[in-house]
Amino acid sequence: MSRSSLNVTGMWAIYRTEMARMMRTILQSVATPVITTALYFIVFGGAIGSRMQSVGGVDYGAFIVPGLIMLSLLTQSISNASIGIYFPKFTKTIFEILSAPLSFGEAVLAYVGAAATKSILLALIILATATAFVPVHILHPVWMVAFMVLTSIAFSLFGFIVGIWAESFEQLAVIPALVVTPLTFLGGAFYAIDMLPEPWRTISLFNPVVYLVSGFRWSFYGVGDVGVGASLGFTALFMALCLAILWWIFRTGYRLKP
Amino acid sequence: MSPPILSISAVTKTYKGGFTALQPIDLAIERGEIFALLGPNGAGKTTLISIVCGTVAMTSGQVLVDGHDTRTSYRTARSMIGLVPQEIALDIFATIWDTVVFSRGLFGKPPNPAYIESLLRDLSLWDKRDSRVIELSGGMKRRVMIAKALSHEPELLFLDEPTAGVDVALRRDMWALVRRLRDTGVTVILTTHYIDEAEEMADRVGVIDGGRLLLVERTAQLMRKLGKRRLTLVLQRPMATIPPELDGWPVELAADGQQLVYSFDANAEDTGIPTLLRLLGEKGIDFKDLDTSRTSLEDIFVRLVERVA
Repeated sequence: MSRSSLNVTGMWAIYRTEMARMMRTILQSVATPVITTALYFIVFGGAIGSRMQSVGGVDYGAFIVPGLIMLSLLTQSISNASIGIYFPKFTKTIFEILSAPLSFGEAVLAYVGAAATKSILLALIILATATAFVPVHILHPVWMVAFMVLTSIAFSLFGFIVGIWAESFEQLAVIPALVVTPLTFLGGAFYAIDMLPEPWRTISLFNPVVYLVSGFRWSFYGVGDVGVGASLGFTALFMALCLAILWWIFRTGYRLKP
Repeated sequence: MSPPILSISAVTKTYKGGFTALQPIDLAIERGEIFALLGPNGAGKTTLISIVCGTVAMTSGQVLVDGHDTRTSYRTARSMIGLVPQEIALDIFATIWDTVVFSRGLFGKPPNPAYIESLLRDLSLWDKRDSRVIELSGGMKRRVMIAKALSHEPELLFLDEPTAGVDVALRRDMWALVRRLRDTGVTVILTTHYIDEAEEMADRVGVIDGGRLLLVERTAQLMRKLGKRRLTLVLQRPMATIPPELDGWPVELAADGQQLVYSFDANAEDTGIPTLLRLLGEKGIDFKDLDTSRTSLEDIFVRLVERVA
């Protein structure tokens, strides 16, 4: 192996092992979100949605589809990536990654790539499930995939940071439970932002998830709470922030190298 | 001339809490030798090898592996190194085969099932290749750790306390393996706090304590020092001076002339003890008790530390 070349074999080894680890738990990984999503459709789409007006010209059952997919995409990306890096830390097998001829960036790419792949697969499965309950049509399929990929990568990066930061399984669970779930529920997954009274509507504009859900919904139905440019801009900003934090972790060896 | 396989220059380590684990360390390891780092717990052995392997960042200094800087040319340097840490750390849900193949890939080497097979056979793991790590005994797990470290055919192998908590049979296996590796040209650096292990295995020994490398010597020479024993005779009648008959004997008086202490080489064919005792009998120097003691590792450390300080 030459001095400057990428260690593609090494990255592939991590990626494949991570995917294999996920496949070992394929039943939990797929069944849980699919069942949860199906329940949302039955309760919100079927029971409540039938008594609601359409939102912005879109049937309520169909309206919540992008939000639900986004919700899964966010939580799955974070949990996949955080467990992916936390587990070797916990079992101390991380020594092997640290002693390998692999750059920090390559390790991040492999772990984040595997986490993002899995959450995208899951999002697609949920999308397929949704079509069984409500009529879904996708106006901008390319943009839909683009939003999926960008969001899953951005939040897998975030999950990777959480996994490095966490020193216990409790800490690993706390960020998704205390930060991400509330932001997602208040992020317009189940409603349009303009359905909220003031000041909540304005406050919502500070919630990053609003931009993701809005952009994703726009790719389905051509309508969103905020402009698609703002949505893209925010996702990029979030990704840049995560990369900056990872750069700092690399520079300082934070919680990886004493 | 090719550079040493490992060259450590002025390497220091101070942990974030302010604890200095390593004073400036200089050490060169020749290709193909077995080198033992000997020292008590907390001496800095693990810190030193962790720095070479890249799992701990050094505070200052430089490490070259076959002439490649471990910081600027870390890819080349690290791909030559295999590390077996002290603690067993494995993905317990993976199979032996998968985890060893993973290690090889991680180090950037193309797949080589034939090599992995011979490696697993060599370590008596082949029959268990499809077993998950969680099903294995402690000894087997340790061998899996070794298989992983050797999976990418390293030229320099680190074994951190390879026989700590290992039964006699496995310890012998381990020693045999290290010799076989040396025969194939692999340089082996092991850490231990057992003096007999260093004696059995190593071509050279480095004694480390309190973060300082106190001495580096060929094993035979060190053992000669460590092999020194002392015969203490408690005299019936205290002596003020050593009688002239004992001129030329390595003896000295202790405990205010109540004890006569004779130093001898326990490994020598003739320890001189019978001759000395006969001589004392002839000269009427009586003693009421006698005791022999071996210079302990602790004694050596104390003496070395005093000499350095």
